[in-house]
Amino acid sequence: MSVQVVTITSGKGGVGKTTTAANLGVSLALLGKRVVCIDTDIGLRNLDVVMGLENRIVYDLVDVVEGNCRLRQAMIKDKRLSELYLLPAAQTRDKTAVGPDDMVALCAQMKDDFDYILIDSPAGIEQGFRNALAPADRVLIVTTPEVSAVRDADRIIGLVEAAEKPSPKLIINRIRPEMVDRGDMLSTVDIIEILAIDLIGIVPDDEDIIVSTNRGVPVAFENNSSAGTAFRNIARRIEGEEVPFMALKDQAGFFKRLVKLVRQG
Amino acid sequence: MDFLKKLVGQKQPSSRDVAKERLKLVLVHDRVSMSPQMLQTLKDELIAVISRHLDVDQAGVQITIGEGNRLVADIPLLPKGDRRTH
Repeated sequence: MSVQVVTITSGKGGVGKTTTAANLGVSLALLGKRVVCIDTDIGLRNLDVVMGLENRIVYDLVDVVEGNCRLRQAMIKDKRLSELYLLPAAQTRDKTAVGPDDMVALCAQMKDDFDYILIDSPAGIEQGFRNALAPADRVLIVTTPEVSAVRDADRIIGLVEAAEKPSPKLIINRIRPEMVDRGDMLSTVDIIEILAIDLIGIVPDDEDIIVSTNRGVPVAFENNSSAGTAFRNIARRIEGEEVPFMALKDQAGFFKRLVKLVRQG
Repeated sequence: MDFLKKLVGQKQPSSRDVAKERLKLVLVHDRVSMSPQMLQTLKDELIAVISRHLDVDQAGVQITIGEGNRLVADIPLLPKGDRRTH
């Protein structure tokens, strides 16, 4: 199988791109895949802390692009999984230090050594986003059930399509089924209807995420966490497996109502 | 006000439904890069052009951007005085 470059983006900040990148990296590596996660948020790197690898950074993405080190020297190997690596972003450089062509060349250089290259995009639609999008074979858009996040996701979908990439897939993060049930949160069905793209994952709002980020151990390592299971399921779907979506109360409610409507009709 | 509505049994729409409607509207305008203000200008100009040829019922004109990025103009006409419909 040839390498797949998967870009994780969102438009709006703070919806869980970095958490998603870290957890999909772990989940794909748990499936035995060779994975490298690249943080392209130059100046505001965070994938290193979410993965718990921040103390081992020597070189970064900009060093590789500028030829200050070899690629292998900049990649940090995760000690928990044999085939998971991180290429961190530079923290003290400007985001213009890397361009889209550099990213395409970098991914081409890595293609024989990995099954997946996961790119964690910065928020926004500017150069950092363009860098993250340029080498993508697939795009995953992360959103949350909020008007602002869904609106930005719609804008990103337009930009991904304009770049002639395959249609992006959607991850809905931080769903709270009880709020959906009482009519105080957009449901997955509402969001899919509005954005009209395929869903690849639903991640429930889960306190375990905060705890795991505190510790630097992605939640996908936790077998008993619902968010961890959601991320592992997304990894299996990326691999092409048909995995049913977890039964959130919201969906049960929706289908019950649908059945009721059909019966009434 | 809310109290009165409750008294007469009028139900407030849920915040979920409000969010959905607001999103749909804002995306319609985002997707064609046209603000509600620009749409109003377009409406005024359309009325002006058509009024040169036909009697337009200006209060009834509706210009909307609908499903599938279609500009839909509903322009009712006033009947001619000498050919009034019964």
